[in-house]
Amino acid sequence: MSKQVYEHIEESLYHEKLENGLTVFLLPRPEMSKTYAIFSTNYGSMDRTFVPIGQQDKITVPDGIAHFLEHKLFEKEDRDVFADFGKQGASANAYTSFTKTAYLFSSTTNVEDNVKTLLNFVQDPYFSENSVEKEKGIIGQEIKMYDDQPDWQSFMGTLKSLFKETPVNIDIAGTVESIAEITKDDLYTCYHTFYHPENMTFFIAGNFEPDNMLALIRENQASKEFSKLEEIKRDFPNEPSAVAKSENKIVMPVSVSKCTIGIKESTKELEPQEFIKRDLLQDIILTYYFSKSGQFYEELYQENIIDASFYFETNLEKNFGYSIIGGNTDNPELFTKKIIELLLSTKTQQLTEDDFERMKKKKIGQVLRSMNSLENIASKYIHYHHVGIDYFELIPEIQKLTVQDANGFLSGWIAEERLAVCKIVPE
Amino acid sequence: MHTIQEEVKQLNGYNLHLVPNKKFKTINIVVKFKAPLERETITKRALLPYLLQQGPNKYPSRKELQIALDSLYGAVLSIDGGKKGNHHIISYRLEVANEKFIPNESNMVEDAFNLLNEVIFQPNVTNNAFKDATFKRETETLRQKIKAVIDDKMKYANMRLIDEMCEDEAYQLHVHGYEEDLATLNPELIYEYYRTILQEDQVDVYVLGDFDLNDMERIVSSTMKRMKKEKPTSGEENAHTKKEESKEIIDKQNIQQAKLHIGYRTNCRYQDKAYPALQVFNGILGGFPGSKLFVNVREKNSLAYYASSRLESHKGLLLVFSGIAPGDYEKARKIMEEQMEAMMKGDISKQELSETKELIVNQLLETLDNPQGIIEMLYQQVIADVDLSPHQLIESIKKVSINEVKEVGNKIELDTVYLLTSEGGTANE
Repeated sequence: MSKQVYEHIEESLYHEKLENGLTVFLLPRPEMSKTYAIFSTNYGSMDRTFVPIGQQDKITVPDGIAHFLEHKLFEKEDRDVFADFGKQGASANAYTSFTKTAYLFSSTTNVEDNVKTLLNFVQDPYFSENSVEKEKGIIGQEIKMYDDQPDWQSFMGTLKSLFKETPVNIDIAGTVESIAEITKDDLYTCYHTFYHPENMTFFIAGNFEPDNMLALIRENQASKEFSKLEEIKRDFPNEPSAVAKSENKIVMPVSVSKCTIGIKESTKELEPQEFIKRDLLQDIILTYYFSKSGQFYEELYQENIIDASFYFETNLEKNFGYSIIGGNTDNPELFTKKIIELLLSTKTQQLTEDDFERMKKKKIGQVLRSMNSLENIASKYIHYHHVGIDYFELIPEIQKLTVQDANGFLSGWIAEERLAVCKIVPE
Repeated sequence: MHTIQEEVKQLNGYNLHLVPNKKFKTINIVVKFKAPLERETITKRALLPYLLQQGPNKYPSRKELQIALDSLYGAVLSIDGGKKGNHHIISYRLEVANEKFIPNESNMVEDAFNLLNEVIFQPNVTNNAFKDATFKRETETLRQKIKAVIDDKMKYANMRLIDEMCEDEAYQLHVHGYEEDLATLNPELIYEYYRTILQEDQVDVYVLGDFDLNDMERIVSSTMKRMKKEKPTSGEENAHTKKEESKEIIDKQNIQQAKLHIGYRTNCRYQDKAYPALQVFNGILGGFPGSKLFVNVREKNSLAYYASSRLESHKGLLLVFSGIAPGDYEKARKIMEEQMEAMMKGDISKQELSETKELIVNQLLETLDNPQGIIEMLYQQVIADVDLSPHQLIESIKKVSINEVKEVGNKIELDTVYLLTSEGGTANE
């Protein structure tokens, strides 16, 4: 077990890679009442074409299967795992993203039992034909719920117009039609391939004693057998740098139109140093222009083009990245035209030293704030670890950035062919 | 278990609550203005947070205000309005990084309080009126907000349920106010009302984080002062007309998933002795994934993706929610009502009781691991005007018996069943 102390943020993190390949992180926070643990596999909705463990040939599985699998792991032959956690005073949950599936609990009592329950239920699948059929009704309702949510439709609609090949353009939950095809055998195939300890991370933060906790995890894992895993072969398509289509229009019952502009930020795998720089600058630059202190925000606001619903978000993953700028508008054409104009104008702009120092301060405060939450720390740590970056060193990384870095990034940030528009309009 | 330390003092026209706590890397400041919930003022109170966030006199635009916040290591300011029972609360929240984690910074808390003080007490007004342009823009923003409620079907159904259920009560007032009332406002009237608030509302200031008590009291008392002319607030529950029979309301829209929301009267509120038992009642019925509603509506019958219940603690309501296929209305309603009947009969196992109690305690303790959570929990006592610290509440939850749950259940009455369904879907499909 190795221990690393981060004095500047008063955190100590313990780390070990177990014999079976599982990566374990422990972050004791004795002043907290609760403990939060997350067991995460590097497997998400995007992993649809791959070579199953122990086989030779690539297969493509039905869309929505990673999410379906997440639902089904909670159900065992004789019981529902939510109830097990409930009995032990824990609240459990899970989520599936484009790149990850994660199972988690938080509790203020019975922490050790809950850790065992988390490890055991994820590592003991039970899928039957019956229960798979039954789940289709529940997930069908979940999909329908998303169908009625304009904000989700707007988000997915933007990704669909940005990306042509990368499966980030497919809904995480799949469609009612695609999940209808899922069988229990499909679930086992995906499970055995992607839920190998080598492909997984366990992060626990909160009120516990690290030596005892690690001993418990070691012992639990040593008692289980796993076949040898070579590297998982996943099919990752080549993505052109230009967008799939520059405009996507969706008609649905909304009281006011919603409009988003997507920026295709990245389409290839990035090395850690390149990743961290892009990750921070992407966010800082977007914030610089479009947050409430931003020049673009003010212009858009003064010209009455945006209102309080205006937002932006940015995301960088290992193989892809995007930013989205959007809001409600009565005039989607004007909204689009103006924001694209502003984005294109950044090519010849420069940030001053003062501006950039202020943005760095803002980012540092934001990182400290996010460290108030154990959930945030755990999920951010895993996210960054996956691309080879230490989340707890983020503040020094921010401090290292220079205004030259920012201006270098800015000059290559926007190209018209990497912009796409999505409009949600009333019937 | 770590108890939450809270020092309360009357100071400069407000109650100062200092909550020293080592859990967090930031300092959280929350200032709460409390007044009775009234139709005459609700739209004004809904509009004010939008106006004030456009910047005080010293930083007279949103951009200048935000630059000041960014320079303060990305301090986050938000102002919002909300209903708690028959009160309306405006909350000013400012979160700033604790300077102990930032090299070479030492006056961040003073700067934060000065900034917040400007925002609250020195708004951007000339000739006793907010700026006309700001007023027009923000009125429009609020109007959009009022109109957009219909796009969030869960919120919309909840709002419609409360409309129908609390027809003649202050609680039915919409938190975003009313379009027709917006039309009657102007920049002078709204400022005049804001001046009233500054003098007459009850004000509570919370400061939470890792700091020295004396230092903090000195900082707050030297930066924040208020001229008080408090009116006695009448937060008393106005009696509702007891319905002879429960109501059933069906609305139709072009939607995929129907929302079935059912409202009950609990006849028990936060300050009542039976409140902890009511929390346990709600937990067993629909507070958690192992609760009767979730297990029976979703797991056993696959009728819904969500099925749960929630308390409006300061109003005395219990609300049951589910999202179902439009054709399943009768079936889902029957199953949901059966769960309620089971609860009232005391059809509760010892295991359900002890597990639910543990889950509630867990939930409360987790709330106390979140800065805003701690402040909201502490403020419940101000609203309910009762001395019940978070830890006293936890202790009383632990002591609740099945009999007490059954007893509190027997006071609960069905009031209104609300269904928002698809245009094609009739109730008896």
